[in-house]
Amino acid sequence: MESLSKRAKVLEKKPMTFAERAYLPAIFQGLTITMRHFFRAATKKQITVRYPDETRPFSPVFRGLHVLKRDEAGRERCTACGLCAVACPAEAITMVAGERKKGEENLYREEKYAVSYEINMLRCIFCGLCEEACPKAAVYLQADKMAPPRFERDEFIYGKDRLVEPVTPDNRSKRGIQLTPEQADKLRAQLA
Amino acid sequence: MTLPALGWQGLVVLATFGISLLIATYCTYAERVIAAFLQDRVGPDRAGPFGLLQPLADAVKLFTKEEFFPAGANRALFVFGPCLAMVTALMSSAVIPFGNFLQFGDTIIHLQGIEINVGMLYVFGIVSLGVYGIMIGGWASNNKFSLLGAIRAASQNISYEIAMGLALIAVLMMSGTLSLREITLQQSVAGEWHFWNIAKQPLGFIIFIVCAFAETNRTPFDLPECETELIGGYHTEYSSMKMGLYLFAEYINVFVASAVMSVLYFGGFNFPFQYELRDWLVSSRGLELVTAQNIITILGLVGLFAKIFGFIFFFMWVRWTLPRFRYDQLMRLGWTILIPLAIFNIMLTGGLITFGVIK
Repeated sequence: MESLSKRAKVLEKKPMTFAERAYLPAIFQGLTITMRHFFRAATKKQITVRYPDETRPFSPVFRGLHVLKRDEAGRERCTACGLCAVACPAEAITMVAGERKKGEENLYREEKYAVSYEINMLRCIFCGLCEEACPKAAVYLQADKMAPPRFERDEFIYGKDRLVEPVTPDNRSKRGIQLTPEQADKLRAQLA
Repeated sequence: MTLPALGWQGLVVLATFGISLLIATYCTYAERVIAAFLQDRVGPDRAGPFGLLQPLADAVKLFTKEEFFPAGANRALFVFGPCLAMVTALMSSAVIPFGNFLQFGDTIIHLQGIEINVGMLYVFGIVSLGVYGIMIGGWASNNKFSLLGAIRAASQNISYEIAMGLALIAVLMMSGTLSLREITLQQSVAGEWHFWNIAKQPLGFIIFIVCAFAETNRTPFDLPECETELIGGYHTEYSSMKMGLYLFAEYINVFVASAVMSVLYFGGFNFPFQYELRDWLVSSRGLELVTAQNIITILGLVGLFAKIFGFIFFFMWVRWTLPRFRYDQLMRLGWTILIPLAIFNIMLTGGLITFGVIK
């Protein structure tokens, strides 16, 4: 039968020739190869990325650190449906749902919202299934940020304080939203 | 020898000592840069311009590391091992003629630490002592890996010293002297076309350089260290500057081996057309003979160091090209190939001398 690939070779165990047994020709062959690499270092462009000075650009489809988005009016999009937690193969997402109270319409878009929303970055495998599962376009994996290294395990559990897209209370008025002073305080406390 | 001349000679010894240490220091840097370049990497470039202060940083690191003594180790011998390795490595560079001589008035300074008429035997004796540093350190560590490394070092050095000595005998048959200065001077004679020993002893040189790799425990014969099998071999248990001394001793040995090879086979401080250049300086430039000779000496010194650096580069180049030999391959190469080949080389040289082809 004819071989399907070109890889298969008949193993020949013939005795080595004198040149092969003398080591030296093979050694000089090896030395020329390494010397070519030596001069390549001087002539060709280096492939080394000098990390602290320069960083390798992320791919545009890179899946990095999560963010909980706000809508165009600055309200949290998440409605705490739990689909992301169900979709998560690593079971990294936990949340507690709450009902929106009267007067909080400019904080939360839906009537139900996430009182707490936590992602354990040590469990997360950054597959992006939560992003695909979300019906409200609330959770995204950013293409330009990674979860930084930390010393303690509990520091890897990201709550809403670190996940929700930051909006300062002061610039919200420019986006057409009026906050009552209490709401502004609550938001500040939440962001702090 | 007069007293001022003795003082000058002492300075030369000190300078040799300092240069050996400096070269060993920068060998650590060169090794890393050459390794990086041969592997398409960058190498150390953070400490100072081009990373030139890297050896300093390494020295500070080694000195501030924890001084560790393994349980059950023989403390005195454990300290004595690296010291002996370092001392013997430094001692062997004393007899190498780095340059001819400088003359100021009546003072003649030979650019050589000590001129003794058995210089080559001295180098061999000291290099053989060097293995005791490894043996003692490896044994005193009370660690089976260290002991294995030490045993390997001893048997390897004994095996390869024989072939190295036999290769050397062919050179001595032509020179008729053991003095390194004499051997150097014989390789260039004024007014006649003269070849360096490499042209007369190509086979002997190949045997000698292979043995030099084994004697200095460099890849492909670095079985005493052999990190894949023996962790670190004889210096597995060493830390801090005691470890540094072993590494330093290895680089000084490389430097001395390079210097000996340059002297024995590559004309030492001679360089082509040196006598023509000296005569031209005297006749066309109107310099005094003494000044012209001094200039030639300095150029020869530079030339010898160029040869030495070339060999050191070769040592490193080979290290990052070849894998390590297996232990039985190493022994077979030494006993069944190199020693018969060296004996054949002696007979060949004897025949050629008898029939007047070479002298």
